[in-house]
Order: sequence, then C-alpha cells, then structure tokens
Amino acid sequence: MKESIIGKSILRPEGRGKVTGTARYIDDLDFPGILHGATVRSPVARGRIKAIHFGEGIPWDQFTIVTAKDIPGKNYVALMINDQPCLADQFVNHAEEAVVLLAHPDKYLLEEARRAIRIRIEPLPAILTIEDSLAKKEIIWGEDNIFKAFAVNKGDVDSAWAEAAFIVEGEYETGAQEQLYIEPQGIIARANPAEGVTIWGSLQCPYYIHKALTPIFGLPKDRVRIIQAETGGGFGGKEEYPSMISAHAALLAWKSGTPVKIIYDRAEDMVATTKRHPSRTRHRTAVSRDGKLLAMDIDFTLDGGAYETVSPVVLSRGTIHAAGPYACPNVRIRSRAVATNVPPHGAFRGFGAPQSVFALERHMDRVAEAAGLPPDEFRRRNFVHEGQTLAVSQVVREKVDMARLMERAFEASGYHEKRARFERENQGSAVKKGIGFAAFMHGAGFTGSGEEYLASEALLEATPEGIVRVLAGSTEMGQGANTVFTQVAAEALGLDCDRIEVLQPDTAYVPNSGPTVASRTTMIVGGLVESAARNILNTLLESGLLKSSYDSKDFAEACREYIAKFGPLKSFVKYHQPADVHWDDTTYQGDAYGAYGWAVYLAEVSVDTRTAEVRVDNFTAVQEVGTIVNPMLAAGQVEGGVAQGIGFAVYENVVWKDGRMINGQMTNYIMPTSMDVPPIRVIFEEVPYGTGPHGAKGIGELPLDGTAPAVANAIAHATGADIRRVPVTPEALIETLEMLELAHA
Amino acid sequence: MRAYVPAYEIQAPPDLSAALDRMAAEPNEWKPFAGGTDLMVLLEAGKLAHTKYLNIYHLRELRGMSVNPANITFGAATTYAQIRRDSLLAAEFTLLCSAAAETGSIATQNRGTLGGNIANASPAADSPPALIVYDAELELVSSRGSRWIAYRDFHTGYRQSLLRPDELIRSIRLPRNGGPAWKQHYRKVGTRRAQAISKVCFAGAALVENGKIADVRIALGSIAPTVLRATATEQMLQGEQLSPALSQAAQQTLAREIAPIDDMRSTARYRRRVAQNLLAEFLEKLSA
Amino acid sequence: MPEPVRPKSVQKIRVTCSVNGAPASFETYPMARLLDALREELKLTGTKEGCGEGECGACAIEMNGDLVNSCLVPALQAEGATIRTIEGIANKGLLNGVQQSFLEHGGAQCGICTPGMILAAVNLLRKYPRPTELQVREGLAGNLCRCTGYTKIFESVLEACRSQGEVPKR
Repeated sequence: MKESIIGKSILRPEGRGKVTGTARYIDDLDFPGILHGATVRSPVARGRIKAIHFGEGIPWDQFTIVTAKDIPGKNYVALMINDQPCLADQFVNHAEEAVVLLAHPDKYLLEEARRAIRIRIEPLPAILTIEDSLAKKEIIWGEDNIFKAFAVNKGDVDSAWAEAAFIVEGEYETGAQEQLYIEPQGIIARANPAEGVTIWGSLQCPYYIHKALTPIFGLPKDRVRIIQAETGGGFGGKEEYPSMISAHAALLAWKSGTPVKIIYDRAEDMVATTKRHPSRTRHRTAVSRDGKLLAMDIDFTLDGGAYETVSPVVLSRGTIHAAGPYACPNVRIRSRAVATNVPPHGAFRGFGAPQSVFALERHMDRVAEAAGLPPDEFRRRNFVHEGQTLAVSQVVREKVDMARLMERAFEASGYHEKRARFERENQGSAVKKGIGFAAFMHGAGFTGSGEEYLASEALLEATPEGIVRVLAGSTEMGQGANTVFTQVAAEALGLDCDRIEVLQPDTAYVPNSGPTVASRTTMIVGGLVESAARNILNTLLESGLLKSSYDSKDFAEACREYIAKFGPLKSFVKYHQPADVHWDDTTYQGDAYGAYGWAVYLAEVSVDTRTAEVRVDNFTAVQEVGTIVNPMLAAGQVEGGVAQGIGFAVYENVVWKDGRMINGQMTNYIMPTSMDVPPIRVIFEEVPYGTGPHGAKGIGELPLDGTAPAVANAIAHATGADIRRVPVTPEALIETLEMLELAHA
Repeated sequence: MRAYVPAYEIQAPPDLSAALDRMAAEPNEWKPFAGGTDLMVLLEAGKLAHTKYLNIYHLRELRGMSVNPANITFGAATTYAQIRRDSLLAAEFTLLCSAAAETGSIATQNRGTLGGNIANASPAADSPPALIVYDAELELVSSRGSRWIAYRDFHTGYRQSLLRPDELIRSIRLPRNGGPAWKQHYRKVGTRRAQAISKVCFAGAALVENGKIADVRIALGSIAPTVLRATATEQMLQGEQLSPALSQAAQQTLAREIAPIDDMRSTARYRRRVAQNLLAEFLEKLSA
Repeated sequence: MPEPVRPKSVQKIRVTCSVNGAPASFETYPMARLLDALREELKLTGTKEGCGEGECGACAIEMNGDLVNSCLVPALQAEGATIRTIEGIANKGLLNGVQQSFLEHGGAQCGICTPGMILAAVNLLRKYPRPTELQVREGLAGNLCRCTGYTKIFESVLEACRSQGEVPKR
C-alpha cells in the first residue's frame, strides 16, 4: 500500500525560485518598448473637479494621458455593484481617488510629470467618521450612507433582561489595518482593439479582474485575458484592488498602443489601496446567576469608505461571527456598513471577523468578571457543543470540543500557574506581566449560498507522458495552494508528487475556481481537484488500460494509450453545495458555513509601565481545522497570521488627517520585526470534517480572529486596564495606566 | 521613488582639501554626502531639495581613530557598525555604543556615519544625547582652516547648526573624563524593538558617593527641536541625596525643561510622561 | 529616448565594480539607486524593492562584505565596490546551505523578502557561525517579513548551522 502523502510536509514545487531570486514577480517582467504608468490622485476627501492643470516645462506631447472621457466602455470597476468609478469624472469621493493616468517610457520624467499636474477641486463637506455617517450629516452614498445592513434574531433577546442576574455593556473599536504585503501592487497591460486586453499582475483573483475589464472596454469575455505573475503576498489586499490598477494600465495601453507597467511605490500603495474596515461594536449581555449566557444584543458597524467594494460580505462575516462559539438562546445582531469619504476599505484576512471577535472576546472576559467567574470557567459554561445552535441558528454538526482546545492551550502554556505567579510578581514591579486568551471560530468558504453562487470549477488533464496538470484559478501567493493541490491530486491518483503540475493561473486556460480568499482554497477547490483526479483514475481503470496495482510508469503508459485511442484525458468538475447545507439570505439564518475552524489562542505579555510598551512574550495557538494536508505550510499560516494579529493588536496604527492616511511609510506604519514576534507554539487537533479533501477545512484567516483579543485580554490581566480598542498604542495605554496610578515611578 | 533623479549631481572629490576648495569656491552650492542613509530616504520621498553633492564617504581623512590619555578622536565618517565594533568605545563610552546599536538596522549601521547623523540634525537621532553627556567636541573644517566647538553648542535650532556653508565635520572628540565610577544609562523608547524611530531617548551618567549625586549629566532626544541637555534638572540634582522625593522633584523640573510635540508618531503628553519615567528609572538605578 | 524640455539632466556616469565575482559595468545617473542599477542595467532582478525607504530590507545586498540596503546607495558610491546579490549565493546551481534550509523548513512563503533575508542570514553566519536564536533575531531585524511571522525563518537559519551549511567563500 502506497504511503499517504496527506499529512506530509512536502516541499513546495515553486520554492527553489524563491530562495535563488529567480522567481519572477511583476516588476521583474519587462517588455520591449514598455511604458511606465502613473496615477494622479485627488488631494481632497470630497469635492467637484473644476479643472486639471498641466504644469509648465513638461513635454506633454510625449505622454499618454488618460481621463474618464477616454474610457471606451463603462466607467466603473465592477465588483458587487457598479458604484466605483475607474476614474473620477465630475466628483471625487475620497482622497487619493484616481483622476488622471499618465504613461511615458522614462520613469523619472513620468514622476516629474505626475507632480506637475494640479487637480483643482471645489471641496464639499466630507464625512470622515462612522458617527457622522450614521447621523447623515451629509448623504454621500445612496439614500442613507448605508451600503448594507443585516439583522439576526434568535429567540427573544428583550425577554431576557428581566431575569438576568448580571447585565454587562461595552463598546469596542478597531482601527484600519494595512495589509502591507512586502511586494507592492503592480500590473502590466497590453491592450488594443485588435487583440483585446491581456493583464499580468500581482493578484489573487484573476476572474475578478476579468469581470471588471469586460464592461470597461466593451469587449467579449474571450478577448480579455488575465495572467497571474508570482505574487509577493496578498492577504486580501490584492483581492479586489488589482482590478482598478488593471483597468488603469489597460486604458493607458489601449490609448498608447504600447504595453504599460504600473508599479505602485510603497507610499502610494499604503495611502491609496484598501485597508481592513474600522469597526465599532456595542455589546449588551444578560447572564444568569450561575454564569450562563441568557441574551446577547450586539450592534456592529463597519466603516466602508467611499464605495461599496466588498463591504456587504465583510459585514456578513463579521455579523455571523459576532456572537462566537457560545450557546446562547437569545441573540440579536444588528449590523451595518456605512459610507465615509476615505479610500474604500476592503478585504484583509479575516474579513470582518477580526473586528467582531475582538469585541466579543474582550467583552466575554468582562462579562466573566462581572459574573464573578474566572474567564475560563465562564467560557466552559457557555461553549457550544454538537447539536446546539450558533447565533444564526446553525446547528453545529461537527464534533467541536472547545473546552478541550482551551485545556490544551492552558497545558501547553502553563496558564494557571502563570496567571497566579504573574499576579504575585507584578506587585512592586515596573514591568507587569499578564496572560490572556480568546476562544473563537472561523467559517471556511463563502457564507451560506456563496459557494453555490460561485460554482467553482477545476480541470485536471493528463499528458501522454503521464503528468497530470491541475488547472484552477486559485492563486499561489506563498500560502501553499500549489503544494496542497499537488498533494491532494497525487494522493487521489496514487502517484508521486513530481507527476503533478499545477499551472500558473491564466484565464485563457484555467477555469474560474472562485477567488483565493475566505479560507476556501484547500477545502472547496482542493475538493474539486480531488474529485477530478479520482475521475481520471477511474476512467483509466474502467478502460482496462490500467490495472488496480500500478506504478507511475504503468500510469504513464496507460495515459499514452488512452489518449492515442480516445483523445484528451481530462476531468472538469464544478462545485455543488452538499444537500444538507441550508441558508436563508433573507432571515440570515441557517447553515452559514459548511465547516468551522475552532480555536483557543493564548498570549503572554509584558507591559512596561514606565513607557506603556507592550511586548508579547509568548503565544500559544491551538486550533482544530480538520485534517492537516501539509503540517509545515499549515503551521506557517498560523505563525504568519499570529504575527499580523499582534500587529493589529499593538503596533499597526493608521493615522488619519482630513480623510488621508498621513503615516504611509514603513518607518511610520509599524509592523512587527523579528525582535517583536514571540515564540509561537502551534498545536493542531485533527478532527476530519466531511466534505473537504481527506477531511480538511480552512485555516488562512482563523489566526487573525483570536490573536488581538488574546493579547488585549493579557494586557488587561497585566495592568487592570479595560482595553476597548485596538491597536493598543502606548500613547493610549499610558493614559489608562496613569489613571490606574501605575505610571508614576 | 518620487524624485527626478537625473537632476541630482553627486561627484567624488579626490581628497578632503579638494572637497573643501569646491565648497569654498561655490558656497551653498555643494553639500557633503556621506553614507546616504538620511539623504537617500529624503530623495526617495521626493523631499531632497538640494541637488548637488560631494561624496565624502570614502575620504580617508574622515575615518580612523586616535587615542591618547585625554581623549578619543575619530573621523566623522566613522560608521555605526565601526563604533559598535570598537572595544575601547565599548569599554568607556557605552552610551554611544548603545545608541549605535539602536540606530536603524544592521544594514543602515553599516552605511550611516556619526558625522552625517550630527549634520542631519534630526531631533530624534539616537546618538546626540550620548554625545551631549560625554561633552563631545566637533572639529569643523573648511579650506580656511579648522575649529573645535563643543557639541552642546552645535545645534542652534530645529535643523540649524553652527556649521557654515563651506564647512564640514571632520572629527568627533570624546574627553576621557569618565571612568568606572560613573554609572551610565541609555534608553531609547521607539515604536518597536528594532529599527524604530525614537519617541523619547534618554542618556544619563552620574557619579554617586554614599547615596549623594556628586556629578550628573542628562540629555534627551525627541523632546525638543534639538537634542537637549537637561541643565536645570542636572543643577537641582547636583549634590543631593538620592530619595523618592528627589526623584519626584527632578521629574517636575524635567517636565518644565523639555518641549515635546504631537506628531504622527506620538504625543507631547506621552513623551513628557515617558521622559519623566526614564529619569526616574535612571535615578532608581543610581540608588541600587 | 526623447530629451526632456525640463528639468535639467546631469550626465550619466559609468560605474565599474565587481558583482557576484565577475567584473560589471553600467551607465546610469550618479544619484540613481544601486537597486535600480542592479535590476535594470545588470538585469539582476533577484534584489527587490519593498519600501524605497531603507526599512524593509528586501533590497539588501552585500557591498564590500557588509550588508547594505541597495535602495539607499547612490550609483556613484558603488564605483570599485565588490557586490554580492542573491544571484551570487548559490554556487553554479548548487544551493547554499541557508537556501537549502529555507526550502526544507518553510523559511519562504511568498518569497519577496527572501533574497534580502538570505543575504542577511548569510552575512550573520559569517559573523556568528553558531548563533543563538537571539542573535538570529537581531541579525534579521532589518528584514521585514509579512507572511511567515519569522518563526520558520529562525528555524531555517538555525538548522542551516546545525547541518553545517556551507557559507560560500567570497
């Protein structure tokens, strides 16, 4: 019996290129005669464009210049709705909104020219906060500034207050967070009416770009082609924004007749592209005398920025996760995403859940305290079990054991001993230590009917040499998608991994497997790859050309014979929702996700009360995410996600002024260095889930949900500070510490 | 990359006197360019207004170290990496070595020079507080000759100094007044543990005899338009017995002496509170 | 290339240096970044731009034996220098021990920080052939990674030492 490849840390097929510097990212690609492209942007948050002034001393006749009137088709970047212009025409609705595009062969002169353009804008009053937007001080979008709203009602929340022994309220906030992939965004476009549009780029979702470009150019689908280049990190930041840059590069290419390359520098990338939605969450919670949740009333608001982009889906995920892995009979969640005049916020790993889970898990610690229980006992009394329902009335059909995950986290970290010891040792110490945890879950795949709607496809094809090629629209960006597909296909075919080839996504060849987001690639697309691989194997077995016991030579021979006799040997598979998943979009009830990752994360911190600096000293991440296909890659996802979560918790602060990010430099927007990230202990509990390949679930986003609340709870434990907002900046914390009379030496 | 690079001149004079002659012949036209770790960042941000530079990075006359019983003198183009590696500096001038280790990253320490850092005159620079505590002296040189000035007089205002348009810094001299009896303390509070811009930077050295402060030097960065020597605080500590009450009083004096601001990195309130706490930490260390 | 009307342009210079053990020569503006000269004139695209402010280390190279951020070096100052980039780390296709270890221990995810990170690691190991984890953290503190959380980068470097990874001669 061949040894299983699942659960092995197979090396990544594309790894060698990374360690030798031969992997070719978008800025490494060059075409003869290529032009560089640049974007001229609005300096103000909102206003009417009066004039565009081209400065003296630039040879403007050498430049390709594009404005809204040069767009051959429609002036919008299609995503969920069509509210976002490709280029601002009469009005601007956020600072850094694109107005003019320039191209020139000399990148230095191009930059000089960019600075020589002045866009004269008559300002209009701008809305810059959630409060002002909700108050409708100005209507800046639609009828009421609201992109989307949800209402979840389980049981009857209002009936519970009277019988509650404890009622705890709280308001929590999270700030914007920049994805900060180390490779800035970039696109190359070749576009002309004869050939259509071809795009190469650093991107996550080739088919999103494909859908966005067809109306802009009025082209049929087969004349738009998107090719993914090696991509240096995405985390959601390259989910929808590359459609905008692609449109820009393509418009310049179309007008100039020459390929155009647009590479953002870091400053532009930071200020102009999407960030994590800032949030405000209000909790009101009723608890019985014996510490059981009776009711959770949650109000959840996201700041969506100036256009809708993906806000409804971010809101959806944040809403569904807002009440967490708890069994509570009465839950009400009212949520909305509102418009403000800042650059639109967008996808970032976690996608709404980090925001609502931060609020929830901070709140749960406070509720525990009010009920007179230690935080772990309170959780234990309220964790959801198989057969019980979540906030959206989803019956949990997985064998979830949150208490066991919590115990493992405590065991691995020495939680109880440390909790007591820190409290003792903190007396009279300038540096206070704390330990805290968060309990949470993250749904894998698109919500409810989302996967059915996406109807993802994958194609596997065998060559006469017996190599099986995987054609999927999923993009490798370091997370290991290629490797997982390789393993899953190899396992299903009974071959070694070197007989599998995963093609670089190119919409001319690969089908639409849906976007590479939402912790869905292994579970959903991996499942399609597995099915297709099985189909190919079965075809060969049924043809009689392959015996039931074979090696890769036999397999190759069988492929060669089959193809010679019958033609192409391939399998095309389309996703079908399992029959037992039912979701109602109108009531927002039912099976929100086919599977959840369940986790307890635990942080140990030191807070130097003299400077209010927080240091995360140790981190333990325990999760159950189904079968682990590749342990090294899976651990890498957790470690990387925890580091981003630590950034979200204590370092990463977007400083806004008049609707613009003013700290758009890596020197002023602080992400953790190798000195700031603690040892991270990763523990997987494996419980195979039904429909992912070999019982795999999703993992990519889970770490972003629980890290910040674990750190915040640890800071609260260390100092007594009632943390309500992330990032916990030293400037904010020191005020709290002063009030707690700890800051004075 | 926001600069029009073709407009920038940088030339390599063969030796120091050629560089100085050029600066004298065309005052304000040519500025010295050393390791580039400050100037190139400005260039890339499109904020480097001046466009003509003389490369002084390789000039031998600006490197090297000489030691005598009274002082240590080293060239202004000495890099942070070289400072960190020097065993004599590590033994006698620990504050400077600590500052060098906290500056940027290894890659920037390999290129950045102390003279460049001083001339750049950022109020947030990490080394100046150490240099102030050590009563450093600078040798300013031009084609007309050279002069020594006390570093504490060098910065005259926000990014302004005594450096004349035809001068550059040739040497930095540290008097060997200290000795093992001095207790030294350096702490930089930045945005993270490594590669951080300073929010508050503290350098202190004191001679303590029987719990009494015989002599003390205190300097801070990032809390005023220039590096600040906390003379009022030094004066009120001089000759006093270490005690919690003394620490409280000294913190009050310090709070009045410094002038921190709000900026995108931090707040005046935070900087003031932390400066006081760092002073308290220093005084506690002296009491130990 | 059409001549710009404004602004004024200085003469390009010719820079001669040694890159990855071989003589190299290129023409560019004196203040052009060495990073751009390596990528555009010498077509060595392994060195990356991540931030353009000397903060991320993706552009790190070895210059005269020292780790430097090539985005902060003007071309003029590269005259006569001995430079090594990621392309010069492997030896005729044979991976250096650090590179091999990164592959085996998951030290690279998206890979964009990896060239600079490997240069920093190789440079570190020359100073400390048997570093502690703290020394590894300090040695890599100028190289930002957003994907890995650094954990497997530390493991990769420490494992490279344990398995006697070859530190290539200059």
